This record gives sequence, structure tokens and C-alpha cells, in this order.
Amino acid sequence: MAEQVTDATFESVVLNSDIPVLLDFSAPWCGPCRAIGPVIDELAGEYEGKVRIVKMNVDENPLTPTKYGIRAIPTLILFKGGEVLEQMTGAVAKPALQDLIVKKALA
Amino acid sequence: MSVFDSVIIGGGPAGITAALYLVRSGCRVALFEQLTMGGQVLQTESIENYPGFPKGIKGWELADTLAAHLDDLSLERATGKISSIVQKDDVYVLSVEGKEVIAKTVILCSGAHHRELGLPREKELTGHGVSYCAICDGNFFRGQEVAVIGGGNTALEETLYLSKIAAKVHLIHRRDAFRGAKIYLDRLESMTDRVSILRSSVPVMLHGDAEVEGLTISSVKTGESRLLPVKGVFVFVGNTPNTAFLPKNVQLDEQGFVITDTEMRTSVPGIFAAGDVRSKQCRQVVTAVGDGATAAQAAFLYLEQKNV
Repeated sequence: MAEQVTDATFESVVLNSDIPVLLDFSAPWCGPCRAIGPVIDELAGEYEGKVRIVKMNVDENPLTPTKYGIRAIPTLILFKGGEVLEQMTGAVAKPALQDLIVKKALA
Repeated sequence: MSVFDSVIIGGGPAGITAALYLVRSGCRVALFEQLTMGGQVLQTESIENYPGFPKGIKGWELADTLAAHLDDLSLERATGKISSIVQKDDVYVLSVEGKEVIAKTVILCSGAHHRELGLPREKELTGHGVSYCAICDGNFFRGQEVAVIGGGNTALEETLYLSKIAAKVHLIHRRDAFRGAKIYLDRLESMTDRVSILRSSVPVMLHGDAEVEGLTISSVKTGESRLLPVKGVFVFVGNTPNTAFLPKNVQLDEQGFVITDTEMRTSVPGIFAAGDVRSKQCRQVVTAVGDGATAAQAAFLYLEQKNV
């Protein structure tokens, strides 16, 4: 299962992480978010220790989505050393996410 | 390697129904879905026209309810994308995430995905004001002015949904007449304070660098253009079928949808199609489940004849 991040824990979990972080901005009522939810959970297990894969509920955490100009969900942002490396919007299938992780996060 | 009686591609209403019928008939079935079961139903806020739910049902709820039919059945279910289908003697060899799967029949229920407007910078601005899903992104435009592009049922339903959130919704349609249901149009026409309906108009330019700050539309009758100060542009201009993995000998219509007969048989014996991927007039959940059952029955008869 992918860990839930909040506005309060965002800095310590995402920005100050010593490994790359893939953050899924989502909400429980959003269909495409539900569609990729299980894939995000699977990836969190597969890349444990190499890439931290986490989710943020945009309903309960308004500050971080605003800071990153999120206007659509699901939006996935890949962070490395606190910087935004890549951003993707929509229900992306697993191979595309694995590709992103291998080519960008682990490169 | 074991051979499946049938491989079903796609876990939307058509695929779920086809699987349900084939497993109950005693067939060995594998079902592949790229994401979570439900398909495009998951992107729909509420469904009012699926019989059995007179008060309507949330899209995700219907998706979960349909998928629950498979819970106690014996079939292979996997997350995966099909990249090719090759006929080898009497069977089909499907390539799924680098692995091979062999089946006697294939049922295409791969659905369709939203079509884009084709405007410059549409891709860059997707997720920054350009959206293809009102229930996902509507909330980010609370109290703001937005545009909806399209003239079918989806465009009308999403305009109704957005009218509860946005300060103002401009519904832009290239024709005078709408294809969507009159019941929706009547509701929209009565909301003159919050919904403006712009007929015979087409979007021509998206404005804004990092985010959408406006949309220029042009009248197809007079050529006159006009700038709408919208922060969001919601696009519902039809669907493109998901057929990239299909063998060349499966016949498609001019729009790329799979041609079948009334029994859901494609031009290739042993390959069937059901749901939105199929060439037809009425693309609804209720027709998708009907297609799924019909395709399953046709596949079952095909298998029986082969086994004689």
C-alpha cells in the first residue's frame, strides 16, 4: 500500500527524502484516481527502498496541490532532491509508470 | 502452456459481462484490464439511464457492482496491456507485458478513450486547465468561469455537473442542434444565469502560459471570433477506439471502430467485439453489457462447433 502524505508531512516525507518520490494527487470520489489506485499500491511494493511512492488526498490537503498548481487529478509528480522532475496527468497504465520510474527516478 | 477457451480484453461493462457468461457456460477464461475494472464508467459521475437503478447510481458504484459478479467465479484476471494478437494455426497468441497467452477465441472489449480538440498547446495545458473529466477536475474550478466543448450526452451531463460548481459554464457546440438527450438540454436551457449555450461555434485558440487563461471561439456561420475569459476548458468531443494492438485483418469502419455482425463476430473467425470499441450508433453501459452477453454466446457456439 502506498503511504498517505498530508500537507503537514509533505516536506519531511517528499522534499527531504533521500530517495526519489512519486506522489499521486488524488481523491476518493475521482474515477480515474480509483482506476490507478491499485497500480500505485503495487508499484509502492515493487520499488520499496528505491523509490518512495505515496498518495495525497486533495480534499483533505489543500495547500500542497495549490503550491504545485494542481488543476486535475490524478496528477503524478516525480520529485528528486526536492525538485519536480516530471509531471503526468490522467489514468496512466502501469507500464508507462514503470518506464517513468526506471528512466527518470532511477537513472 | 495451457490454452484458454477465451481471452477477454478489457474490464469495462462489456468485458465483465462476456466473462460472466463464458465462465458460467464452463469455459476457461482470462480477462485482462490495464487499470481497475469498470472502464469509462469510472469517469462518469452518475448514471441515470441504466435500468434497475431508477434513482441513478454513481459511476464508481456501478463499476464495483458489475465487477463483483466475477468475485466468486473461476477465471484468470490480470492487470496488463495487450500489445499484439497473432493467429497461429487454430489459436491466437496474445502478447501481454512480454508474456504469451494462448486462446481459442478473443473478445475485444477494449473500449475507447476521449478524443482531443487538436488545438495548439492542448497537451501542455492538459492538467493545467484543459480537462477531459469534469468529476475529477471540476472542483479545482469552484466559483470560476469554464467552457465545455461538445454536443453529445456526455457534454450535456458534464455541463449540468459543472453548473453546480462553476460561476458560469459556456457550452460550445459546432452545430445548431445537440445530439444529447432533450431532458438534459431542457434543464440547461432553463439555467440562463449560470449556463450560456453557444451554438455553431468552435474553439480556435487556448490562451495562457502555465495555465489556461482564456479560450477564443469562432462562429462557423459568421466567422466572428470572441474571447471567453475561462480558466477551465472541458472537452467532450467523442471517443477514439482502443485498437492499436489488433491484427490488420480485423475490419474497422472509417472512424476506426471494429465492424461486427449482430452476433458480435468480427471479420476474423474466432475474434469477437463488444462495447464501445464496436462500430455502432448507441454507446451506453446498457448496450455494452448486451454486446458482452451476445459476444459470449457467439464465442461459446463457435467453440462448440470447433470441438465437434
